Amino acid sequence: MSASPTSATRQTAVPFHFLSGPLPRYVLRRLSQAVLVLLLVIVGSFFLLKMAPGDLVDVLAGNSDMTAEQMAALRTQYGLDQPLLVQLFLYMKRLVTLDFGYSPLNAAPVLDVIMQRWPVTAILVASSVVVSMTLGALLGVVSARNAGKPIDLAISMVMLLFYATPSFVIAICFILFFSVFLGVMPIAGFATVGTQATGLAYAWDVAKHLAMPVAALCTFYIAIYGRIGRAAMLEVLKLDYVRTARAKGISERRVIYVHALRNAMLPLVTMAGLQVSALVGGAVLIETIFGLPGMGRTAFDAVFERDTNLLLGVLFISSLSVVVVNFIIDLLYMVLDPRVELT
Amino acid sequence: MNSGSQSLIARLLRHPSGLVGLLLLLLVLGMALGAGYFYPSGPWSLSGSPRLWPGQNPALPLGTDSLGRDLAAGLFHGSRVSLAVGAAAAIFSVAIGTIIGGLSGYYGGWIDDVLMRLTDAMQTIPSFLSAIAIVGIVGPSLVTIIVAIAIVSWPMIARLVRAEFLRLRTYDFVQSCRIIGMSDLRIIFTQILPNCLAPIIVASSVLVATAIIVEASLSFLGLGDPNAMSWGTMLGNGRAALRTAWYMTAIPAAALVLTVLALNLLGDALNDVLNPRLKERS
Repeated sequence: MSASPTSATRQTAVPFHFLSGPLPRYVLRRLSQAVLVLLLVIVGSFFLLKMAPGDLVDVLAGNSDMTAEQMAALRTQYGLDQPLLVQLFLYMKRLVTLDFGYSPLNAAPVLDVIMQRWPVTAILVASSVVVSMTLGALLGVVSARNAGKPIDLAISMVMLLFYATPSFVIAICFILFFSVFLGVMPIAGFATVGTQATGLAYAWDVAKHLAMPVAALCTFYIAIYGRIGRAAMLEVLKLDYVRTARAKGISERRVIYVHALRNAMLPLVTMAGLQVSALVGGAVLIETIFGLPGMGRTAFDAVFERDTNLLLGVLFISSLSVVVVNFIIDLLYMVLDPRVELT
Repeated sequence: MNSGSQSLIARLLRHPSGLVGLLLLLLVLGMALGAGYFYPSGPWSLSGSPRLWPGQNPALPLGTDSLGRDLAAGLFHGSRVSLAVGAAAAIFSVAIGTIIGGLSGYYGGWIDDVLMRLTDAMQTIPSFLSAIAIVGIVGPSLVTIIVAIAIVSWPMIARLVRAEFLRLRTYDFVQSCRIIGMSDLRIIFTQILPNCLAPIIVASSVLVATAIIVEASLSFLGLGDPNAMSWGTMLGNGRAALRTAWYMTAIPAAALVLTVLALNLLGDALNDVLNPRLKERS
């Protein structure tokens, strides 16, 4: 069987065995990459803090009332009288133990605030990935099967528009159309204020509130997945195994959606890692517009309240989350394509 | 690189999306250049009663915002900000990405390993969040915004340039340059780099579009340069009046989408014109 030209470059004829050699090496490689990402975030944050007006303690003190003695004590505690490299090391030690300090804005430790907001963003991002990948793949299949026909052209026109419209503009359009003109969708929030609903009724309420934010986050990636999916599907449909499947008399629907789609999905899954990173950033705009109490909204508030601890904490935890998600995506990739060996 | 005798512009004009993209972009460029001529008093001056709908007053064709500022003046002056930030950020990130990707691809080995791990790591960190952190902590100004966008967007170019260098360095003409004793720097700048300009140019159009979106997003959130009227600022101001005066949001939004669309169309056309080989594949 010829290797699919659409799958990743790392391929081998030997199936990967979970319990033999490569896994520990792979885990080690992933771990070292995670360490590098966090190191980059820490060093970047450290220099940002150095560039901010005032020193670390001024920033830490934020809007809270601290006496000069308390601040002097803090300066010694954080070693601000030490050389720069020692300071960096001390800062690193604090962040590695997830000690992000105190958030004056919320009057609580930064880690507590983030852990409380984290699930909202996670739901938002996860739903967006699932929706955009499903719709993108579907549109890709439809346009690949009708390549060159009017429906393909129509889809590519819509994709072009989706590709050019920033998420926050889409969000405003949605609010204008569905909430202001039609009045059928809730304009903001994670659930109806003061709702007593539980179970399914609550889930439906949340789903209604999240529909527009998720849709707004999705459009750009529906366009990207649609484009990649179309190209991948066109290539896969030319392969021998698809012809074999057809020759066996399997229904066209099954050939497309079971046999061909599995391979055509591979480049889409590759994109998902980058998408998650972009969505976490995009969540700042979407959560702010729709008043969702997630990490993005927290970052926005932190910027304007000069709560630098909280802002950098969000950056750190977001990056950490993306690293973990990338790891999961790698495993998923392996399930989809057993020829892929983790290196 | 130039296979035909026709100039690049002529070939772009024959490409349908190239023509549309180029015309739209020229329109925006015209707005940017003519902003001072058509609206000499600037985008901040009060020029009529507030909340005038488009067409209500013939002298103010696009209406006024909640403070009575001419939306058309904002649109014209905002195009300057968008284009300037887009171009400057793209130039910076192409410079960083080309240096890192070039070194990586040309030397390979541990240099490649280190630089690519760094690029991977940069791509993992949510870029818009980093941009917000940089602009929020250092303070919003056009320079900070440009630098922030450049810092978060070079990895894409680095990957692209690395791949091109990896391909080109095995070619005979590069080998022969080595044999005659040409210095590495000279090979990189006079031999390899000119040969990977085409994909860099194509990627740059996407980069400019992305930079324009990021600038608009930052300004929309209130993190734009307070001394520059940008389309994002107008969008952010208009949002408060969305219920009663949606045109305040729709007008800058349309300008933003059309500009980004123009750059994407131009990028597609450039891709077809500069890399004719790729056309057969799709």
